[in-house]
Amino acid sequence: MLLIFLRKLILSSIAALLMYVFIANVVLPESFGLALDSYTLTIIGKYLCFAMLAVALDLVWGYCGILSLGHTAFFALGGYAMGMYLMRQIGDRGTYGDSELPDFMVFLNWDELPWFWFGFDQFWFAGLMVFLVPGILAFVFGWFAFRSRVSGVYLSIITQALTYALMLAFFRNEMGFGGNNGLTDFKDILGYSVSSPDVRVALMLLSGCGLIGCLLLCMQLMKTKFGRVLIAIRDSESRIRFLGYRVEYYKLLVFVISAMIAGFAGALYVPQVGIINPGEFSPLASIEVVVWVALGGRGSLVGAALGAIAVNAAKTFFTGFYPEAWLFFLGAIFVISTLYLPKGILGAIVDLSAKYQSTRSTSLKESCS
Amino acid sequence: MIFFRLLVPFILMFSAQAFPALDGQALAKASFKEKMIFIEMLTMDPSDKASKVLQYWLDGELAYWPKIGGMVRNVKEGRKYLLKDLMTGKELETVVSKKIKRVKTNNRLRAELKQVIGFRKIASPDVEVRYAAVLELMRQPNLELLPKLLDRELVEPDLSVNTNLSILIGLTQLESSDSFVQLEGLERITNVLSPEVKDVLNRFLLRGDLDRIVVDRAAEILVDMERQLSYWGMGQNLFYGLSLGSVLLLAAIGLAITFGVMGVINMAHGEFIMLGAYTAFVVQQFIPGTSIWSLIVAIPTAFLVSGFAGIILERSVIRHLYGRPLETLLATVGVSLILQQLVRSVFGPLNQSVITPDLLSGSLNINAAFSMTYNRIFVIIFAIIVLISLWCVMQRTTFGMRIRAVTMNRGMASSMGIPTKRMDAMAFGLGSGIAGMAGVALSQLTNVGPNLGQAYIVDSFMVVVFGGVGNLLGTVVAAFSLGVANKIIEPFSGAVLAKIFILVFIVLFIQKRPRGLFALKGRSVED
Repeated sequence: MLLIFLRKLILSSIAALLMYVFIANVVLPESFGLALDSYTLTIIGKYLCFAMLAVALDLVWGYCGILSLGHTAFFALGGYAMGMYLMRQIGDRGTYGDSELPDFMVFLNWDELPWFWFGFDQFWFAGLMVFLVPGILAFVFGWFAFRSRVSGVYLSIITQALTYALMLAFFRNEMGFGGNNGLTDFKDILGYSVSSPDVRVALMLLSGCGLIGCLLLCMQLMKTKFGRVLIAIRDSESRIRFLGYRVEYYKLLVFVISAMIAGFAGALYVPQVGIINPGEFSPLASIEVVVWVALGGRGSLVGAALGAIAVNAAKTFFTGFYPEAWLFFLGAIFVISTLYLPKGILGAIVDLSAKYQSTRSTSLKESCS
Repeated sequence: MIFFRLLVPFILMFSAQAFPALDGQALAKASFKEKMIFIEMLTMDPSDKASKVLQYWLDGELAYWPKIGGMVRNVKEGRKYLLKDLMTGKELETVVSKKIKRVKTNNRLRAELKQVIGFRKIASPDVEVRYAAVLELMRQPNLELLPKLLDRELVEPDLSVNTNLSILIGLTQLESSDSFVQLEGLERITNVLSPEVKDVLNRFLLRGDLDRIVVDRAAEILVDMERQLSYWGMGQNLFYGLSLGSVLLLAAIGLAITFGVMGVINMAHGEFIMLGAYTAFVVQQFIPGTSIWSLIVAIPTAFLVSGFAGIILERSVIRHLYGRPLETLLATVGVSLILQQLVRSVFGPLNQSVITPDLLSGSLNINAAFSMTYNRIFVIIFAIIVLISLWCVMQRTTFGMRIRAVTMNRGMASSMGIPTKRMDAMAFGLGSGIAGMAGVALSQLTNVGPNLGQAYIVDSFMVVVFGGVGNLLGTVVAAFSLGVANKIIEPFSGAVLAKIFILVFIVLFIQKRPRGLFALKGRSVED
């Protein structure tokens, strides 16, 4: 009961925030002074994207027991797909003024666009790739991994190897994704300037709606038979297999869905922060996502979103004021959330209230007898 | 020119006795052609003074000073010149440039001077000087020196100088236009393996005036040389691979204990390596790093430091998480972040360099294509020693037997009276301690920084997973095969791609054999 209430509370508070921004920044005139400035908007938008990534991870980890230590790989791939579109939109306004090639390619003395850059000047194509590229990678990877029944810690380690390999690859200039510097200096999105306040508001609102949409979608998914089987797989994989379910297909499907959500989050993230570079692939970043979910409470979706927002808010605070202390704090969250909050903040609240309820009911019984 | 050549004997005749008082005025005034004769004169004179005059002349520091009517060394100081005595180097006076007549040179003279000085050095009593001189002359062999070189070869006492002298003679003989001399030269360089000699041969083959036999022979030698060079190059890669493999082995073997034997995923393992490396750095602050003792002290100290850190980690965190590998993973990631930041706060974010002891610096040069640096040899030997001692501990001591017993069947071991909890802590300490020693070994190869451990953690896990969990032999095979494979792919693809290939290979391999190369069979496999 309480969990459902908390769920509704978090969902509605996100919705309320979106409503506020919509009214204060769009409907009301600027003279009201209620509008949020674009720095705050960008920060909130960033948190919302991270929350979406956390929800994606919670879908596979919390509901299917697949601990992926490479989920930022999908996030970053979605981001790169969007970044490539934004790069093509720069046109001849780059430093070198080449209408066809992005700056870094001119710098590397390339004569023409590599084949994998074709089509990215069209928004619909880039939008498709945002889902397809992470989805296909997840499909291929999952196909092999789940079919050969790689699970548990081994799976975690090879997902980490995957994102590590991708990071090394994207760091190479020869790959054609801007190497070390990644993709940046974006100008336009769909004809509007990326830095204009209106676009900022729109992106932030879109991220919020995306998050709510993902949450609702995943919750509905878990109510279906498919979702029930997933939970059963998490609790006892071999038993489900013996009951005649093709466990690997279920895992594969949920892994692909999760990767696509992560890619979508990445695509919304890039225009807001204005840069995507190979650092996003780093294994440590992926593990950080895991701790957001662990702290918020895995297997509850909204908990993951909550954890992502809480940890990132703390990060903004610490890196701004006490940069030295940030890693101590993050490390402590890791240790504390695993040692003392095995079900995360959300789970702890539910447990506490249950304890309170039971003591009250026992004392009631005692007073009756 | 011919005129001057004829003149030489005359000058020699007249100046033979008067030589010590070299006519500086004449030298300073002489034309470049005449100066050539002076050089030849000086060549005849074996005295130390003549060597100095030649050297200063080449350096542009030779001058005639009318005041004393003799030669001095001049060193430019701002606009003036500081004059020094030729022999003693005593400072005499600082003068303006008008007061002296500096001996001017041109490129031709300079080349001649170099040759002459080089040859004088070849006859020097100091072995090091002779060796350097031979190498110097190899850059530009001069046919005119050939008779002198051949004479020298007969009397040269030092073996390595003599070998190089022979190569030099060979290269010089190639300059000749006589086929027989050329062939003789080719024979001298048949078995020499050096890229420089190969270049000379390549250039030699481009000469248009060669005899058929000479060309055939030279081509034959060249092909042979290239084959040998590629063999040695492969040997070199193998050596690098072994050295990388031992680094991986040292990093992973501690992990193999904690992960394999105890089922604990310790993401802070890399940070224990880093702690070990920093221990080496700290030890150097007390014992000078150039002494081998600092290394000898650092190894056990690092073992203790990292081992204790490991035991503390086990007692405070991991103990509560047994049987929940994914949670252990997350908690240890947290610990690794804390340790990293701790080290960064204490030692600063910049890399610190640990000095390699004198005994381990330098390298063992087999030939130009194959050399082994002593610090890499040290790491290989060290890895093997660690491996053997670990094997002995695990197989031959009560402690090891108990650890194995706990691994195989915890409940039964406990019933037999083995304190399983204490064994866990000890085993964890052992694994972490080995990581610390790995850190000392690493500090000999790279700089020490707070992120050192991060660079090795993924690799170490790959090694353990590839080799098969719970299996020391598997770890050894995996470490060396991955190390060697990496270094063999590297020349074709570059370092980064090689690493990516290896990672992709392991990811695919795990699909085929999810339990690694040497999977444990039996009951302990069941989760």
